[in-house]
Amino acid sequence: MSVGETETRTGTIKAVPVRHPGRWVAAVAVAVLAAMLVNNLVTNEAYNWPEQLKYLFAPAVLEATFNTIWLTVAAMVGGVILGILLALMRLSANPLLRGAAWLYIWVFRGTPLFTQLLIWGNIGALFPTLGLGIPFGPQFVTAQTNALYSAAAAAALGLVFNEAAYMAEIVRGGIQSVDAGQQEAASALGLTRVQTLRRIILPQAMRVIAPPTGNEAISMLKNTSLVVAVPFVELTFTVQNIYSHTYQIIPMLVMACLWYLFLSSLMMIGQHYLERHYGKGYAR
Amino acid sequence: MSEIMNAPLDMAAQDLMVKAEQVCKNFGHVQVLKGIDLEVRQGEVMCVVGPSGSGKSTFLRCINHLEKIDAGRLWVDGHLVGYRQRGDKLYELREKEVAAQRRDIGMVFQRFNLFPHMTALQNVMEAPMLVKGESKDAARVRAEQLMERVGLSDRMGNYPSQLSGGQQQRVAIARALAMQPKLMLFDEPTSALDPELVGEVLDVMRDLAREGMTMVVVTHEMGFAREVGDSLVFMDGGVVVEQGVPREVLANPQHARTQAFLSKVL
Repeated sequence: MSVGETETRTGTIKAVPVRHPGRWVAAVAVAVLAAMLVNNLVTNEAYNWPEQLKYLFAPAVLEATFNTIWLTVAAMVGGVILGILLALMRLSANPLLRGAAWLYIWVFRGTPLFTQLLIWGNIGALFPTLGLGIPFGPQFVTAQTNALYSAAAAAALGLVFNEAAYMAEIVRGGIQSVDAGQQEAASALGLTRVQTLRRIILPQAMRVIAPPTGNEAISMLKNTSLVVAVPFVELTFTVQNIYSHTYQIIPMLVMACLWYLFLSSLMMIGQHYLERHYGKGYAR
Repeated sequence: MSEIMNAPLDMAAQDLMVKAEQVCKNFGHVQVLKGIDLEVRQGEVMCVVGPSGSGKSTFLRCINHLEKIDAGRLWVDGHLVGYRQRGDKLYELREKEVAAQRRDIGMVFQRFNLFPHMTALQNVMEAPMLVKGESKDAARVRAEQLMERVGLSDRMGNYPSQLSGGQQQRVAIARALAMQPKLMLFDEPTSALDPELVGEVLDVMRDLAREGMTMVVVTHEMGFAREVGDSLVFMDGGVVVEQGVPREVLANPQHARTQAFLSKVL
């Protein structure tokens, strides 16, 4: 040990950092792939960007995009409300309610959404008339199903009923994640079950429920394209209509993807704020 | 006629807040409480000690019906806990009626159980607003007074995760006091705390006792029991083994089981 070494031991450490050659190799590989992609986007005529720009804000496309948006919102709002109800049924002390919720989830989660939407589109064949009356008894009012029912309603109902099955499981997981001591503390203060659920349990469960619900909403945005099964006019259906007479298949599909990306980006921003709101009070 | 049958037990004459008569509780096949007889007078501070698994916390939880008793009778302030009696028959109380009974009984838990999504002040304001329908302003004024009383007026806007264990437990006491209870139950309130934080919680409890609050305290703090307690109950194996004036029981335990327990903790 030299004298100089002893003197510098108390000073700030200036060590030679570990080299990471693997990182450099990976970075170069990614950079080359990115350059190839950009080059393709610019030089490949098949994208036909001017054609895309021509249709991006065309009335038919805007209307279809609007349909996609409201279908997504309606399906998520309905799905969350029905999902909470189903989750509470699954956690109920009443075995009949538990069983009914289980059966519902089993059916709607275990069959394809596309098939379900086909059935909703043909529901008039299953229930030709709808009536209001006594079960197994006389009906007071009846009407033709197809007269009451539109493609929009079929599309929305189909998405809501399917989404509720998934939301029910997400909500149940969230409620069960809340510490049992919270229920006890609320009970000891004299809160009723409903008050405890509304003010204590659900707000805490929301912290766990919000991230997967954001995922569900983004999935829903894309799943609306399946309502072509009903059939109901939304974004994907509309661009298909357009390219069936312009033959510009790829440009129209890429344009639809740009719309979907824009909308899902908006939803990600919303999800960020939602998660921040329900994360209040937890380690930051 | 049912009015007469339903008349509350005349405990006021005897100055009693809690009366337990042969209270039993089973968890499955395990009998946790095997016939507890206890009386807590108004203004009394009763400390309950005993080894873990002795049933002391279970008994405390029976007092506000967090646990349902399987046999015996339990009264708080003259009213049967969780049941209504007509003639020889007992009727379970509805959920709302049980909630109403609990309004007057404050409880403090070992693990605090503060509401993590609310600030300290909101924790204290919540129950008076929801349960008693107090206005936000009225609830806030009293919550602020209570936070000051437990020495946390500078911590009102903090979330529980930003408070130390001792501070959280003091908020929990303030939260229970906000309902203006007649009786306070403490379930090992200092057992989850770092040793240096125990004192601040015991200080708040000591003040509360001095102001005449009726308290049942399950604890391992023998010093607190000796100094603040009016009575000491030693439980083991689901029965009350010994009870009396804390100083006497601690200095001169009569029962072999009490002696064995105290020799380990003192």
